Amino acid sequence: MPFFSPLPLAFSSIVIFLMMAGLALLLQNRQTFLVNMAFFLSTVSCGIGLYAGFEAVASGSMQTMIMPIGLPDLPFYIRVDALSGFFLSLASLTGLMVSIYSFDYVKGILSARKATKLVVFYCLFMAGMLLVLISDDAYFFMSSWELMALSSFFLVSFEDESAENRRAAFLYILIAHIGAVMILLSFGILAGFAAGFENFMGYRFSAMRSAEPGMLWASIAFFLAFFGFASKAGVVPLHVWLPEAHPAAPSNISALMSAVMLKIAIYGILRVCMDIIGVQVWWWGGVVLVIGLITAVMGILYALMQVDIKRVLAYSSVEHVGIITVGIGLSMIFTSFELRMLAALALTAALYHCLSHSVFKSLLFMAAGSVLHSTGERNMERLGGLIHKLPWTSALFLVGALSIAAMPLFGGFVSEWLTFQAFLLSPVLPNALLKILFPLGAALLALTAALSARCFVKVFAVTFLGQRRAVPTTETHEAGMSMRLAMSIAAISSLALGLFPSFVIDWIDTVPQSLVKGRIASSAGAFGWMWLTPISAERASYSAPIVFIGIFAAVAVAWLAFHGKKAATRRSATWDCGFEKMTPRMQYNSTSFAMPLRRIFGFLFVVSESVRTSHAQPGSAPRIRYSLRIEDRLWYVFYKPFSDAAYYLAKQANRLQHGRMQIYLLYSFITLITLLVFA
Amino acid sequence: MSHELAIEINSLLAALILLTSFGLLVQRRVYGLLHIFAWQGVFLSVSTAIVGYSAGLNHLYISAAMTLVIKVFALPYILYVLIHKLRIKKEVEDMVNIPTTMLIGIAVVIFSYHLTAPIRELSTLMTRSTLAVALSTVLLGLLMMITRKKAVTQIIGFLALENGLFFAATSATYGMPLVVELGVALDILIAAFIFGMFFFQIRTSFDSLDLKEMEKLKDLD
Repeated sequence: MPFFSPLPLAFSSIVIFLMMAGLALLLQNRQTFLVNMAFFLSTVSCGIGLYAGFEAVASGSMQTMIMPIGLPDLPFYIRVDALSGFFLSLASLTGLMVSIYSFDYVKGILSARKATKLVVFYCLFMAGMLLVLISDDAYFFMSSWELMALSSFFLVSFEDESAENRRAAFLYILIAHIGAVMILLSFGILAGFAAGFENFMGYRFSAMRSAEPGMLWASIAFFLAFFGFASKAGVVPLHVWLPEAHPAAPSNISALMSAVMLKIAIYGILRVCMDIIGVQVWWWGGVVLVIGLITAVMGILYALMQVDIKRVLAYSSVEHVGIITVGIGLSMIFTSFELRMLAALALTAALYHCLSHSVFKSLLFMAAGSVLHSTGERNMERLGGLIHKLPWTSALFLVGALSIAAMPLFGGFVSEWLTFQAFLLSPVLPNALLKILFPLGAALLALTAALSARCFVKVFAVTFLGQRRAVPTTETHEAGMSMRLAMSIAAISSLALGLFPSFVIDWIDTVPQSLVKGRIASSAGAFGWMWLTPISAERASYSAPIVFIGIFAAVAVAWLAFHGKKAATRRSATWDCGFEKMTPRMQYNSTSFAMPLRRIFGFLFVVSESVRTSHAQPGSAPRIRYSLRIEDRLWYVFYKPFSDAAYYLAKQANRLQHGRMQIYLLYSFITLITLLVFA
Repeated sequence: MSHELAIEINSLLAALILLTSFGLLVQRRVYGLLHIFAWQGVFLSVSTAIVGYSAGLNHLYISAAMTLVIKVFALPYILYVLIHKLRIKKEVEDMVNIPTTMLIGIAVVIFSYHLTAPIRELSTLMTRSTLAVALSTVLLGLLMMITRKKAVTQIIGFLALENGLFFAATSATYGMPLVVELGVALDILIAAFIFGMFFFQIRTSFDSLDLKEMEKLKDLD
């Protein structure tokens, strides 16, 4: 195997990360040097990974290798094919941007605390994610999966002096373990049916592919794997950890978790559910589709209600994972009916959305990080008017917001448009139930896209426009050079994904080809790179470059018309209707902007709202206090009963604990005697 | 020394070990406990040597020598120093009175004989009849730990339990592999040191070595 081929390159990228994690421990006393070196190596290593992944997808070839490590007789198998190559390049691209961003970001926190822990677990986290992608047996896969989960746990609890962060980290590791157990059980079923339940020989993915577990067991394995990975991806109702963990982690880590780790979980769904188990009946895809739709709608509704900028982004990740899951569900349904081309279209849409979501979500998290970095504030109700202080961050955040709101020109639009195309082709399906479900799903998806736009209008306007709502506690300053550079790369990537979809689809095409045995590149690019025609030109077509030129022309004309004459621009204070006592508190804020939607969709949440008027002194103006609490209703349905039951059982078990050593010894004595008598 | 004689002597030693186990249960003085424990070690060591001689297993001599050094001299000495430094006078206070403990102990011995009966019939080793004694020694050690209030006596109970395990290994399979035995012996020695340190810690924290005080450690919600 030549060295400059995907697998050795991907492997060397991982080795660099692992080495750096070890090296970081030696450089504890030279923090600035440590940060520079770690993120430089990380950038290089991500560059290598990006090339490896790009090559793997472009060539569509497959490379496998047996590693000399592992347990005796159970060596680790690794493999890079188009699917893992795609996620490899996605992870490396985001990793590259976040690494560049981290130079200045991590130096910014050095004054408060040491960064050694952050660097070590950052490297292990990246290595774990890349290892998941190249592993080709259940044993190595689970080890890498746990490496990823545990290192991210330590990253979430990095600022561990706050009880809230510790609670978030605990919730995260709890749900991660429940998910891991489900994945393990699924692998167990598959390995058992592949090579018998008496030995371990079925642990290779290639062996599992040949397993024939029968309908019942295949369904059980499929849904165990799906929900196991879904818990990591943040699919409703397993999403509760996500809005807690993402804000708790440092912003560069939030970007990685949201943009890459969730996609690794998506990779798991594709790899295990579609590649290894294979879709056998349509209702599997139907369930996935419905869950995806619920996730998308609930995610964005929750996002709208939040006032913490990072929580908004976290909930919006839930929404986008939902959209990706919808694409996967559609692809599964089409596969089960042997509609290869449509399956390829839906899968391409899902993959495209993975890619564009990682780009714009990392951009948004990085921008939110630089807002946090420069103002020390995450609560939007205390921000505002930052466009004057942070021009770069604002402009780049706007690009991210336009992209996430699926505005044409940017990456988000193309992928959501492709998902819609897949939906709109439902009349060909030979199933009445699905024919009804599909238009409904398309409507829900449209609602999601609209709500998403509203949500990001809110975030951008409340954070960057208007006036600052609270007195700044620290001096507000623009983000550092490396942070701006990283965000610019992300913004340009997002624009490129929106402008040249034909190239990207042509590149991705090997993945659906290997996974669902269909391809769309030849029809999608049938009219040259300017036009995107997913199935045929009569049905739908979109030309990003023409739209771009149109918008550019319109903006240019408008700008020339209004800004051409210098005298026409006049700056003055906002007209206050003669009231004269305008304060920043009179602006629209996040809560008031979301209020109409809270009225409409309030039944989905537990909303407790109260207005209290009190008179401090007779005759003086009344003091009005408004308080609002919005809670997740699903918490009370899916989590509260279990945690209550666990507490109850623990209390009962606690009765056995007296604190007297003799009693404990007596327990052992009685157990021993009982076992001796009966065993 | 003929084979039969060896079996007879071994049985006698087993009886003596059982006797010392009961001795540990009834002894009220803490120095007395140490003496009995040391004697138990002597009997154990001699028994191991005899088994080694008649079965022709040389590694048992090493075990016997180790038992002699650690259990007869080192451990009692460490505990003696400890008791002396902690100024423990009359440490033996029990939760269940001594006659009752004795009755439970007799029941335990009968139970052990009943339990090992099938093994006695199957085994061909010369030591097969002593297995019951070994099991009773283990259970009596555990019983001693349960019925005593003070920490020092718990340790002696624990060490007696370990003697029983060692004896069981000798009588059931002519001893464990030497590596295991070396490891166990070392563990016991280290355990004694750790116990010693704990005693000082417990006393400084609670002003007493009564385990009742440790109930305070229970996490109350």
